[in-house]
Amino acid sequence: MKYTPLLAALLLAQPVKADEIWVTNEKDNTVSVIDVDTQEVTHTYETGERPRGIIFSHDYSVVYICASDSDSVQVMDPDTGEILHDLPSGEDPEQFALHPDDRHLYIANEDDAITTVVDTQTRTVVAQINVGIEPEGMAVSPDGAIAITTSETTNMAHWIDTETQELFANTLVDSRPRHAEFVKDGSELWVSSEIGGTISVFDVATQAEKAKLEFKIKGVHPDKVQPVGFELTADDTHAFVALGPANHLAVVNAETYEVEDYILVGRRVWHMAFNADKSLLFTTNGVSGDVTVVDVADRKAVKTIKVGRFPWGAAFRPTE
Amino acid sequence: MRSIAKTLACAVLCVGGMSAPSEAADIRLHYLRQEVEQPPTLSNLEPVPTDEGRAGAELALEDNATTGTFMGQTWTLQSTHVAVDGDFTAAVREALKTTDLLVLDAPVDDVLAAADLPEAQDALLFNTAAPERALRDEACRANVLHTLPSRAMLTDALMQFFVARRWTAIVMIEGTKPGDLALGESYRDSAAKFGQSVRRTQSWEDSGDLRRNASQEVPIFTQGLGKYDVLVVADELNDFARYIPYNTWMPRPVAGSEGLRPSAWSPVVEQWGAAQLQSRFEDAAGRQMRDRDYAAWAAVRAVGEAVTRTGASSAPELRAYMLGDSFELAGFKGRPLTFRPWNGQLRQTIPLTHRGSVVANAPIEGFLHPKTELDTLGLDAPESRCTAFGK
Repeated sequence: MKYTPLLAALLLAQPVKADEIWVTNEKDNTVSVIDVDTQEVTHTYETGERPRGIIFSHDYSVVYICASDSDSVQVMDPDTGEILHDLPSGEDPEQFALHPDDRHLYIANEDDAITTVVDTQTRTVVAQINVGIEPEGMAVSPDGAIAITTSETTNMAHWIDTETQELFANTLVDSRPRHAEFVKDGSELWVSSEIGGTISVFDVATQAEKAKLEFKIKGVHPDKVQPVGFELTADDTHAFVALGPANHLAVVNAETYEVEDYILVGRRVWHMAFNADKSLLFTTNGVSGDVTVVDVADRKAVKTIKVGRFPWGAAFRPTE
Repeated sequence: MRSIAKTLACAVLCVGGMSAPSEAADIRLHYLRQEVEQPPTLSNLEPVPTDEGRAGAELALEDNATTGTFMGQTWTLQSTHVAVDGDFTAAVREALKTTDLLVLDAPVDDVLAAADLPEAQDALLFNTAAPERALRDEACRANVLHTLPSRAMLTDALMQFFVARRWTAIVMIEGTKPGDLALGESYRDSAAKFGQSVRRTQSWEDSGDLRRNASQEVPIFTQGLGKYDVLVVADELNDFARYIPYNTWMPRPVAGSEGLRPSAWSPVVEQWGAAQLQSRFEDAAGRQMRDRDYAAWAAVRAVGEAVTRTGASSAPELRAYMLGDSFELAGFKGRPLTFRPWNGQLRQTIPLTHRGSVVANAPIEGFLHPKTELDTLGLDAPESRCTAFGK
């Protein structure tokens, strides 16, 4: 069959669009784009060196990528994979968080003990804030008032007032904090500690620690249970926690802070992203170089998708 | 930029909001190094840096000081290098007048002399350079913690790898210096520990300049070793070991002091966030991080961790915390590092590396232990004759 010019034009104009999961491949300098419906990689785009953190703008028109070893945050057109421009990010950006204003990025500069605040519109550095050694985890509260940086060697969560861009509190957590999230409408801050093997739960209003999550997997030595990334389910009732070299996800009851289940996934699981209705979870498995698809209701791994080398960050992009 | 950063960090204190223990205000450490006569080695490729060890302590101090800015602590590190014929004990005595936290880079006898000083009894000394078994065994001292792995930990690590790979026909070339003989002994002990034996050992008598004639001498020399799976070279200073690989009569791997090496730290370690420690060290010291740098870094960071978690600053309080169950150090080795409460040795994984990459990380999977697999390396509680730490 021959395509008529008209049909070809139609195909071009209306490509079949599906929801996507974007995954950064730390050792391949690429991002893999996974089609949520077919659960296959549809595109692989080149990035700067050692891509880690990845986040979409609120309207999904651009995707921001921390190219750690290129010392920049890259802004990519997600429709074409074209790098539109770089943002000044400070040295070695590892993770970042987008302020609810959709404009300011809070970036952890791992090699410099600094958090950099960048205005994505003017493409300028608005502030640099001194934090502990090896900052990594970043979060901004839903109301935009507080930004958090966690520092891996100083073992603290640093609380930044986004109005003044100054620290107003520093709270100790267990060894090597990696990831921070505001949950439950911003009333709680969760911080995972990789070497400590815990997640500290803080009451945001008082910055006081109110609970500590611990993990125990039969047959895996506690030293190897190293929580890194985590995400909460749609109604904030449960958290899925990546346990690094333990090769498992923990399913935690977010009310009682008790672990309910462990799910075997790929090797050295880092981070994760949900699909649109949060029925599926996609985890990045650094050592095995793949993504595990988890059925959230059944709490079972249903598929493994091969991506690039050392997949690290993950982000969701809906159909337009 | 750095100095601006420091000034700004101080401003942070005024903002307050500290919710962690912050009573410990001023923590002083003293790093003391006893210089020793280094015998000449055949190759000039790898000179021993004059700041080996100290550079690690300095980096850790900077790490602690950054945390300190958020906790209301100030950190200082003094260092003293004692000349080859100098009086190390006198230097230790002098240092103890201003601090009870000492980091020692000295031979075993000097460490013992320092530990036995009356004024050191309530102090805390870190051994960062003496690998001797006795220091962790019958000659242990309650006031000395060891952040450098013992020789036994290193040789056990390599032996575990051989067992896992079923390289069970093991032969050895041993140097003639006291360190080489101790290392050879340690390999034999490790082999026995894991149900193996070193089938044949040949002594390397120094003979001529191997840089010129290794290709002629080594094949003939190694012909006498018979058939084997792996050749271990026990040459603590890497005097001749570097000339052995590819020159052996049998085409077999070389391990020990060259080839596949067990160590506390290696420039090729990059996993577990180690790349960050490597680059911070290289920025600060202008060279790559070595075993003693790592041991000194771990000692000062262990103090930092204990001070931050307890708010205490006196040696007895810090020692009690470090030997307790709550202490753990994030040492960029993939697992939390803790101290063995029966002899003060820092538990740690041992990377097995060649010059290009990490081959394995001991303890090797499959070597089990009722408490922690890390205790399959080196002296475990039931075999240790150390009594100074009590029960």
